Amino acid sequence: MQELIHRAKSLLESGEVSRVLGWKKGENVFDVEPAFFATAEELENFVYNGFCGANLSKYMIEASTWEGKTLVFLKPCDTYSFNQLCKEHRIDREKAYIIGVGCKGKLKAEKLGAENILDVQGAGYPDCSDTLKVTTLYGEQEVAYKDAMLERCHVCKGKEHQVYDELIGESVDTCDADRFAEVAKIEAMSPEEKFAFFQAELSKCIRCNACRNVCPACSCRKCIFDSTKFDSNQKANTTSFEEKMFHIIRAFHVAGRCTDCGECSRVCPQGIPLHLFNRKFIKDINNLYGEYQAGVDIDAKAPLTSFRTDDAEPGVGRG
Amino acid sequence: MPVNNENWKPTIVAFCCNWCSYAGADLAGSSRLAYPADVKIIKVPCSCRVNPMFILRAFEKGADGVILCGCHPGDCHYSTGNYYARRRMTLLFSMLDYLGIEEGRTRVEWVSAAEGVKFSETMNSFVEKVRTLGPSVRLGDLRCKN
Ligand code: SF4
Ligand code: SF4
Ligand code: SF4
Ligand code: FES
Repeated sequence: MQELIHRAKSLLESGEVSRVLGWKKGENVFDVEPAFFATAEELENFVYNGFCGANLSKYMIEASTWEGKTLVFLKPCDTYSFNQLCKEHRIDREKAYIIGVGCKGKLKAEKLGAENILDVQGAGYPDCSDTLKVTTLYGEQEVAYKDAMLERCHVCKGKEHQVYDELIGESVDTCDADRFAEVAKIEAMSPEEKFAFFQAELSKCIRCNACRNVCPACSCRKCIFDSTKFDSNQKANTTSFEEKMFHIIRAFHVAGRCTDCGECSRVCPQGIPLHLFNRKFIKDINNLYGEYQAGVDIDAKAPLTSFRTDDAEPGVGRG
Repeated sequence: MPVNNENWKPTIVAFCCNWCSYAGADLAGSSRLAYPADVKIIKVPCSCRVNPMFILRAFEKGADGVILCGCHPGDCHYSTGNYYARRRMTLLFSMLDYLGIEEGRTRVEWVSAAEGVKFSETMNSFVEKVRTLGPSVRLGDLRCKN
């Protein structure tokens, strides 16, 4: 963490960047939140630890409209989103100075299995430990770092940064599961089982729109889920259509553009496994139209804006 | 939800592109080929005009089955529109299957302006398929677990 602060300070002082986009301390070790820092003094509150899961790429949309460069810290998975946003002309590569930070897996507070947490030891970066010590109001307990990791870290796309100006810190391989295994499991179910599964999951949704708000692919200036009646970025004029089809529509809007960054699943307060939607599309695209990973090659043709004359017919192969 | 009621008639929405399939429907009509009256045809300039949301919206508005008809691949009036439509519908239908919506409520068929017979046969078989599936309930119930 000191190395990141050190680099941020010197880049600010040299005038190379006008501000820093990183994380600021919260009340607790896991309460970190994305923040801009304009001066070296403000960096007092800068923090970087295992709970810095947020993908800062989306903030660069706004930062691209400001004077001067912004120093942004990106994890390997975040860089896919950054590239994708460049491809979509939503952010300006020239306005960013990217420090690619190594990654040893990011943590989810809810997965610590504890309440009233006072402190977590071992969640630092670059120095983290295999076992986290969680201090709660009621005493101490331990949890394996791996067990508290975000779902996406278990199916990590790799620790190579897709775009950066410089790299800091080491990574460790955290991938221990097949990214498409869960999707394949559902595909093997009967229609009744599938429906029961998704109905149970989707009925939990409270339409907070957090998944939409956090998603780097959901960067439309005006979203169809915004209110047309109120000057608010939140939903308000929901119709039953919107309520029922929200997840399908959103998944379709980001199909072929979703980098599988995992942010939607991370932020859903209801714990809905939203990645199951996006990964279904990614899996289908890979199978039907050839392997495609959004955010790798800025010049590649996106699968839904291209075609082959011998593409599969819709619904072929159905029972 | 299959229904036993022999008289139940499904509501079918057919999106037909102006240049081939709508003309195919016209030909079916002028050739006095029969197809069920419950097929509601919506004319679109090209199959690729059909946003996947139109399909969902049709179900929301009470359709039991939705079919998209366009020119044969290679024959689109705008050269390539139906190729894009094909990818979109492939993914959408696959997603609906994945969510456990009964297979067979959605279909894509390429029908040329000369294929009045194919149009009527397609509609007859599609209506029959949807009739065996019964009213569309699941899509509207996707978020209604108590
Ligand atoms: S849909 Fe989810 S995984 Fe995909 S880009 Fe958006 S937030 Fe990331
Ligand atoms: S849900 Fe659709 S319209 Fe809304 S921001 Fe995402 S992609 Fe854009
Ligand atoms: S974040 Fe979860 S609860 Fe909120 S709108 Fe998205 S799916 Fe629904
Ligand atoms: S005009 Fe018929 S499919 Fe494009």
